[in-house]
Amino acid sequence: MSADLTTINDLYEKINSDPHELDDPNVAHLVIDHNKVLGQHQVPGLHMDVDELEDGIKAVMRLDDNTVLEKQVHLCFGMYPEKGVQRIIMDVTIGKNAKISLLSHCVFPYAIDVQHIMHGQIRVGEGSEYSYFERHVHSPKGGVKVYPNAKVEIGKRATFRTEFELLRGRVGLIEIDYEATCQAESILEMNTRISGRADDVIKVREIGHLVGEHSKGVLTSKIAVRENARAEVYNELTATAAYARGHVDCSEIVQDNGIVSAIPIVRVEHPKAHITHEAAIGSVDNKQLETLMSRGLSEDDAVELIISGLLSRKKK
Amino acid sequence: MMGVLEVKGLSLTLDGNPILNKLDIDFWDGHVHAVVGPNGAGKSTLAATIMGLSGYRDFEGDIIFKGESIKDLDINERAKRRITLAWQEPARFEGLTIRDFIRSSARDKSVDNLKRTLDEVGLDSDEYLMRAVDKTLSGGERKKVELASILAMEPEVALLDEPDSGIDIESIERIFQAVKVLKDKGTTVIMITHSLAVLNQAEHAFLMCNGTIVDKGVVSKIRSYFEDKCIPCPHKNVPRMAKTGGRV
Ligand SMILES: Nc1ncnc2c1ncn2[C@@H]1O[C@H](COP(=O)(O)OP(=O)(O)O)[C@@H](O)[C@H]1O
Ligand SMILES: [Mg+2]
Repeated sequence: MSADLTTINDLYEKINSDPHELDDPNVAHLVIDHNKVLGQHQVPGLHMDVDELEDGIKAVMRLDDNTVLEKQVHLCFGMYPEKGVQRIIMDVTIGKNAKISLLSHCVFPYAIDVQHIMHGQIRVGEGSEYSYFERHVHSPKGGVKVYPNAKVEIGKRATFRTEFELLRGRVGLIEIDYEATCQAESILEMNTRISGRADDVIKVREIGHLVGEHSKGVLTSKIAVRENARAEVYNELTATAAYARGHVDCSEIVQDNGIVSAIPIVRVEHPKAHITHEAAIGSVDNKQLETLMSRGLSEDDAVELIISGLLSRKKK
Repeated sequence: MMGVLEVKGLSLTLDGNPILNKLDIDFWDGHVHAVVGPNGAGKSTLAATIMGLSGYRDFEGDIIFKGESIKDLDINERAKRRITLAWQEPARFEGLTIRDFIRSSARDKSVDNLKRTLDEVGLDSDEYLMRAVDKTLSGGERKKVELASILAMEPEVALLDEPDSGIDIESIERIFQAVKVLKDKGTTVIMITHSLAVLNQAEHAFLMCNGTIVDKGVVSKIRSYFEDKCIPCPHKNVPRMAKTGGRV
C-alpha cells in the first residue's frame, strides 16, 4: 500500500473503522488528505484515475459492465489542517448490470475554517446498482462548511441509493444539493440524517425527476435542530411517466430556538403517476417524551434518545 | 397493612367536564390491585393524574407517596421515586431499538438483563432486541415491550393501564406471569382494567364509576358486580362489564 499509514490509521480510528479492512486485497479504496492521495487500491473491473488539483482532487471512476463488487469500496476524504479548502470532483460511470457500494468518510476533526466541496457527476447504467453512504466526522467547534452536490442519471432498471449522515462533531454549515433523473423501472432513494445545534445551518435540496415508466423515488430527510440551529429542507419530486411512484418524507424536530422550514414540492404530470408526501415538523412528540420521563429520564435525556432514534440508520 | 400510595379527595376537570370526583383510594405496599370500572369511568385519567402527565396536573386533593405529597413533582421526579405507568396505547418511537428503549429505564443495564425482561414478557430476545419500537410492531408486541421496560425499571409502584388490551389469548398468561415477577420483587401493582380475567389476577380491587370509587374489597366481592351488572353508584346508566376477558 503506497500510503502514509499512520495518517490513514488515524483517520480510520476517528470513524471507528478497522484500518485493516484496507489490507484486504478485495477492498478497493482511495484515501485523500486535502489534495494528496495517501492510498489507492483498485480491484478488477473498477478503474480510478485520480488527479491532484491545487485545492483538492479530481477522480474519474469507472465500473465495467457486469462487474459486481461484493466488498464495499472505501473512500476517505480527510482534511487535517485547521483551515483550507478541499474540492473533490468525482466523475462516476457505472456500466450495465454492475453493482457497487461506496462508503465515503469525510473527516475534518480539527477544523476551524474548512470548506469541503464535492461535485459529483454520476451515471448509473442499465440494470446496475449504486449505493453511496457518506459519513462525516466534524470538529466539535463547527468550523466546517460542507457543500456536497451531485447530478445523477439513473438508467433503466438501475438503482441509486444515497445516505448522508453526520456521525460526530458539529455541523457548521451543510448545504446538500442532489438532483437525479430516473429512467424506466429505476429506483431512487435519498436519505439525509443530520442533527444541528449552536448556530449550525443545514440546507438540503434534493430533487428527483421520475421520467421513466414504473420508476420509483423516495426522498427522506430526518433533521433535528436545537439551540439556535437552522434548517431548510427543499424536496422536489416530479413524475412525468405512467406508473411512476414517489414519496417524500420529512421528519424535523425543533427544540429551543431552532428553526426549520421544509418545502416539499410534489408534481405529477401524468394521470397514471402517483406521489405521496408526509411531513411532521415540531417539537418531540409529547407522549414519547412523557413515556421516557415516566421511566425516570430527564426531559433532556428523553429528547436526546428520541432524536437519536429518529436519526439512526435503518438496519439493513 | 401499609398504604404506599394514597389519593385523597381527588377532583379533576377536563375541558370543563368533571372527570374525577372527590376520589379516595389507597394502595397497599407490595400488593396487586385492580381498579375496575366501565369505559369512561375515569380509570385512565386516574392513572395519568398519579403519574403527573401534562394536562392532569391541575386538580383538587392530594397524592401521597410514602407519606409525602408528590403532586408538585414532575413526571420524571415521580419516576425517580420509582412510580411508573404502562400506557394503554403505548407511544411508538421511530428508529429507537427495543434494546435502547428498555435500557433507558433499566436499573441493571446489562444486555443479559435486557434480554431476560423480553423473555419474561414472552418476546424472543434474539428476534426482538434490535427491532425498533415503531409501527412495525403489532399492538400486542408493543404492549409487551412496554411491560418489559417496566420490569427492567424495577419500580415500587407500577400502574398498568389495560395490560391485556391487544394481547392475544395465548399471551395473556405471559402478561400475568410478568405481573407476578413484579410482585415477587416487591412492586405494588395497580392494574387498570375492565376485563374479568385481569381482575381475577388481583389480590384486592376497587370499583370505579363516574369518576369515583364506589366499592372496594376482595376480588370475589368486586367480581360479583360483573355478574349482577349492578353498580351502586350515582351513574345514570347501568354499566355492564365483560363476563370473560372481553370488553364491555
Ligand atoms: N382530555 C380530555 N378532555 C375531556 N374529556 C376527557 C379527556 N380525556 C378523557 N375525557 C373523558 O373522561 C372520561 C374518562 O375517561 P378515561 O379516564 O379514559 O376512562 P376509562 O379509562 O375509565 O375508560 C371519559 O368520559 C372521557 O371522554
Ligand atoms: Mg382507559
